[in-house]
Amino acid sequence: MLVTSAILSGLSLGSMYGLIALGFHVTYVVSNTVNFSQGSAMMLGAVLGYTFAVTYGLPVPLAVVLALLLCALFGLVVERVLVRPFAERNSSAWLMATVAGGIVLDNVILFTFGKEPRSLPSSLAVTPVKVFGAGVYPLQLVIPVAGLAIAVALQLAFHRTRLGKALLAVVQNPDAARLMGINVRAAVAGSFALSTVLAGIAGLLIAPLFSVHSEMGTLFGIKAFAVAILGGMTSAWGVMLAGFAYGLIEALVTAFFGSVYTQIVAFSVVIVALALMPNGLLGRAAVKKV
Amino acid sequence: MSKLSRIVTRRQVIAGAAVALAISAAPAAAQDTLKIGLVAAMSGQSAKSGEAIVRGLSLAIDEINAKGGVLGKKVALVVRDDESNPAKGVVAARELVQREGVVAFFGGLDTPVSMAIVPFANQAKVPFMGVWAAGTPITKNGASDNYVFRVSAVDELVDVALVDYAVKKYGAKKPGMILINNSWGESNEKGLKAALDAKKIPYAAIEKFETNDVDVVPQLTRLKEAGADALFLVANVAPSAQVVKSLDRMGWNVPIISHWGPSGGRFSELAGASAPKVHFIQTFSFSGNASPKAKAVFAALQKKYPEIKSFADVTPAVGIANAYDGMHLMALAIAKAGSTEGPKVRDAMYAIESYDGLIKSYSKPFSPTKHDALGAGDYIFTQFKGDEILPLTN
Repeated sequence: MLVTSAILSGLSLGSMYGLIALGFHVTYVVSNTVNFSQGSAMMLGAVLGYTFAVTYGLPVPLAVVLALLLCALFGLVVERVLVRPFAERNSSAWLMATVAGGIVLDNVILFTFGKEPRSLPSSLAVTPVKVFGAGVYPLQLVIPVAGLAIAVALQLAFHRTRLGKALLAVVQNPDAARLMGINVRAAVAGSFALSTVLAGIAGLLIAPLFSVHSEMGTLFGIKAFAVAILGGMTSAWGVMLAGFAYGLIEALVTAFFGSVYTQIVAFSVVIVALALMPNGLLGRAAVKKV
Repeated sequence: MSKLSRIVTRRQVIAGAAVALAISAAPAAAQDTLKIGLVAAMSGQSAKSGEAIVRGLSLAIDEINAKGGVLGKKVALVVRDDESNPAKGVVAARELVQREGVVAFFGGLDTPVSMAIVPFANQAKVPFMGVWAAGTPITKNGASDNYVFRVSAVDELVDVALVDYAVKKYGAKKPGMILINNSWGESNEKGLKAALDAKKIPYAAIEKFETNDVDVVPQLTRLKEAGADALFLVANVAPSAQVVKSLDRMGWNVPIISHWGPSGGRFSELAGASAPKVHFIQTFSFSGNASPKAKAVFAALQKKYPEIKSFADVTPAVGIANAYDGMHLMALAIAKAGSTEGPKVRDAMYAIESYDGLIKSYSKPFSPTKHDALGAGDYIFTQFKGDEILPLTN
């Protein structure tokens, strides 16, 4: 009972971390930059989903599509305003700029949506089902499946399709890619839109299990970045695997040692894992060609 | 350069005008009114608590003024927003005392803000009345010359009441604790341990969780494995709801006895169908309250604030009720003192014989060793039904 429920909790939490972390992976493999406001993008997905589905009473599929479109728009804005101006000058200021962008978004939502946490209802999170004796909401089983499916799709898209290969070419040599007719700017912008959409999906999936408020993404963003690094940044598989591993460590540590030790042990494991495997679980060392 | 000088000039003009206005307006107002201050959260997450306190104070002040005021002067309320920030609270308290010249002032929901104001109130010798924040050391602040009073719950007494309720209602023999991981949770961990110790009841286990924890199942499973037969819950609205949802998933039907955290917001919406399983403490409830005073006060509230349609619009009622009684007690003390000097008003607080209030009939509410007007016997247990907080009969 204790172990089963911890494993199920860990897997569904871990797939959330994995989904957000895939967003870090996507922009990293295309442009060597990441969007540190991923946690805020997750929050944006949940807040917009709530606003369209509950406040305006739109049908859920339409609400989801609208929320994700606006998440994509947020990703495009982040890339254009907070990343491109700095990255093009070989400055690393995008690091701070994207952190700041996330804080701005959190506070805009705080101001417009209000600080009172709200609940996004879902028919998949009402009646728990029994799995090996432990009760879970059906949504908790859907989340890991959705997470894995998206990781598979990304891996295939990057390595089996022309568009995916074109995107990967961008990071290896932007100038050569441009000469080959690849629209580098569009590729990078697209990767940012994709990354915030992934975070938005995570937000929409977790909202019914959690509550919707402006600060809901902060901790997720931080943990997801740890997961992305642990997974090795360059591998969608690795990132998703690291997400599951991190979620499981959290849940099992809490179950066996108590919640006081959860964060201490979980982040220590990340540090030790990186010391032993500097490129992450499935990442490959970047080769610098001179 | 010319642009800059123009801005400065304009600013100076505005500042000058403001000063002139203040000088011309202040003396006239000071002569025939008696100012009472409030430092509470009027914006942000806890803004609703500030609104409730303003309503309770205003209603009491209307009644006092209708009867001719205090010391022949009309009472006026001066409100300052602390934004739940201790530093801003202290600045606001200083401004109220030193610039506005308030005779006494009231505090809001946040224990850390009140704790920051306490030393200033004692130093300035101006009575400070808490009407929400429950932190034990607010009134038990160790100052030899204590100007801080309270009409609200007190953590250490709440913990005694929670333990009593668990034993009486559920026959709990080995309760567990699920507490928010912050200073509020810690102070109640201490209080609950002491209250259990006094009754020689062992606890199953103590588990902490974070405000943003999505899944509390691992902690709750540990409590279940440790043999907990009831749970003490201390957390605000959203995290309390996460505990209820996690219990639902586990299918663990265990009595939940809670501090008043769930009362502050949309607990029913967040916790879902199992929200009524949480029994939590309050000092007052309009719902199910048959006393004529409660009915009269609610009617007066509706008249003054037409947006109040039902009891659900004044949840939680504790802010209104505590503030209402607190203001009347303060006015009695000022009248008894026959003066607006802090030390005299403070001593007059001890001299209040009786007051027939909204929460109860107070008799000798304060003494030099007792700065809290409400005790463990004055708490009621309640549950959510829809958006309304209903009292439970033990």
